[in-house]
Amino acid sequence: MANPQESNQPRLVVSKLGDDISTDAIYPGRFMATVLPTETPKLAFADDVELNAKLNSGTLPQGSVIVAGRNFGCGSSREQAASCLRGHGVTIVARAFARIFLQNSINLGLPTVICPEIEADQGDELVIAADHIWNRTKDRKFAIAPLPAARQAIIDAGGLIPYTRRLLLESRA
Amino acid sequence: MGMTVAEKILARASGRASVRPGNVIEPRVDLAMSHENGALVINQFLEVYKETGLEPKVWDPSRIAIIFDHRVPAESAKTATNQKKVRDFVGAQKISKFHDIRGDQGGICHQILPENGYVRPGMVVVGTDSHTTTHGALGAFAFGIGATEMASVWTLGSVLNVEVPGTIKVVINGEFAEHVSAKDLILHIIGKLTAEGANYKVLEFHGEAVHRMPTSGRLVLCNMSVEAGATAGIVPADAETLRYLHETAGVTGQIDLVQPDADAAYEQVVEIDITNLTFQIACPNGVDNVKPIDAVEGTKVDQIVVGSCTNGRRDDIAAVAHILQGRRVADGVRLLVFPASWKIYQECMAHGYIDDLVKAGAVVMNPGCGPCLGVHEGALGDGEVALSTTNRNFKGRMGNPKSEVFLCSPAVAAASALVGHIARPKGENHGQPARVESAEAGCLEAW
Repeated sequence: MANPQESNQPRLVVSKLGDDISTDAIYPGRFMATVLPTETPKLAFADDVELNAKLNSGTLPQGSVIVAGRNFGCGSSREQAASCLRGHGVTIVARAFARIFLQNSINLGLPTVICPEIEADQGDELVIAADHIWNRTKDRKFAIAPLPAARQAIIDAGGLIPYTRRLLLESRA
Repeated sequence: MGMTVAEKILARASGRASVRPGNVIEPRVDLAMSHENGALVINQFLEVYKETGLEPKVWDPSRIAIIFDHRVPAESAKTATNQKKVRDFVGAQKISKFHDIRGDQGGICHQILPENGYVRPGMVVVGTDSHTTTHGALGAFAFGIGATEMASVWTLGSVLNVEVPGTIKVVINGEFAEHVSAKDLILHIIGKLTAEGANYKVLEFHGEAVHRMPTSGRLVLCNMSVEAGATAGIVPADAETLRYLHETAGVTGQIDLVQPDADAAYEQVVEIDITNLTFQIACPNGVDNVKPIDAVEGTKVDQIVVGSCTNGRRDDIAAVAHILQGRRVADGVRLLVFPASWKIYQECMAHGYIDDLVKAGAVVMNPGCGPCLGVHEGALGDGEVALSTTNRNFKGRMGNPKSEVFLCSPAVAAASALVGHIARPKGENHGQPARVESAEAGCLEAW
């Protein structure tokens, strides 16, 4: 199945993060009363002053990428962690994602790519193909792991809300 | 080939004779729980119905539970407005399992569900909270989901496109040394498995130590299973489960004790003997950064927190009260105690624990999530160190990225409160003799 992120356009790596980036780091708990996807993006990585400022600068090239290690999004089920990143139009490329965060991302349409061996640094340019990522700066290729098959139908429907709406209407038809 | 507990529950919930790891199913939901983030679920639920011409109506108001716990009473106008929105929705949709901010029914969702008999063996439980894994302690398959996924559940009554997870069998044998508890055990397990070691897996707990463990301890094991990435933790239901459901939760009627088949297929078997297990501490800034207490003994702490959906139950508070009784929290350290529910609070009052705690210098707070996730009360100052019986110690978890959080058991929290640094409970006087004026000083000899 085609990778929804596939494109020939090179994408800039705007940040490189390590393993076990928690939802507390992505969207601190003290902001949980803020829920609207129009309001959460400005709080993304609020405690990482540099990254937060970069995301909110309004100058990120389209299709920018955050590269992370393993277990990205571990911890809380808070959906703001996905909605705050989606609002910035970034793609998350990680070696592996925590379960609930990945599901939330799929449900909300935050682009995620599982790339178990990815090596990239801030400032590198990536080209995301159907089954691999080409780090153009380092001239190295890394295989993409397909999303769990069960998730693709939700992505294809444009997210869980339209997917559920369709099932609701079918059940009433 | 037989099935694990999770596979049996999921097969039944999806109308199949059997399921295998990797199968994609849409299990029906028996119980769907939310807390304050119900406000976001409502937004997404209404979005599903938008432009459908249909009146928004939840699939089954008797199967939805909403418990206010994360920020109670509200810390801000924004939270209060979210809570008001949920309250209005609950009334309009006639949601029956609603626990408002009240001293006669409130508490943390992961305590309210068990103690009210809402969770039974064999159920599929979903919650918009990652610690929904807690309810596996009663033999249910319980897992955390996001708000949009919950909106889908409220609409359809099932979870869409679930991949059946594989199961890791964790066999625990031996006996705990004095004061060592389920919290030390689960921290040890998380340290072994790592924070992602059980991602997309179920932890199914077995062994003589689990059979002997009261439900309060099993809730700790399942609660923190998610800290190893697990989709769910499960203790197969047994006589202790029945005792809890009948005596504590007031459940009557038929209870189906779902058991794994003898030839169930496990992806991995982990065996642990707890006989020589000592106190375990999760060090900053990861729950899997677990060390035996020796490595960090003596670390000065500024605030100690006892409570949360992990360790705010009566047994936990009793352990702390017994160590503090007739003694005094050291100068320079703040001890905050928040029982997991008002029912527990009242039981602790009846047993004199609250009195012991307050006289020792603890601040007993109202039941709720309290300082655990840094949204409400008990914030830390720059450079301060907390020792906590809660479940997460990520950077900034307690509201200040310039602070640090160590995680421990209730007994270690109490012993440390007496001396102001990380300390192990001692068989004698915990480094501080009890004051002779204590009314029950005689009892202290046992400690």
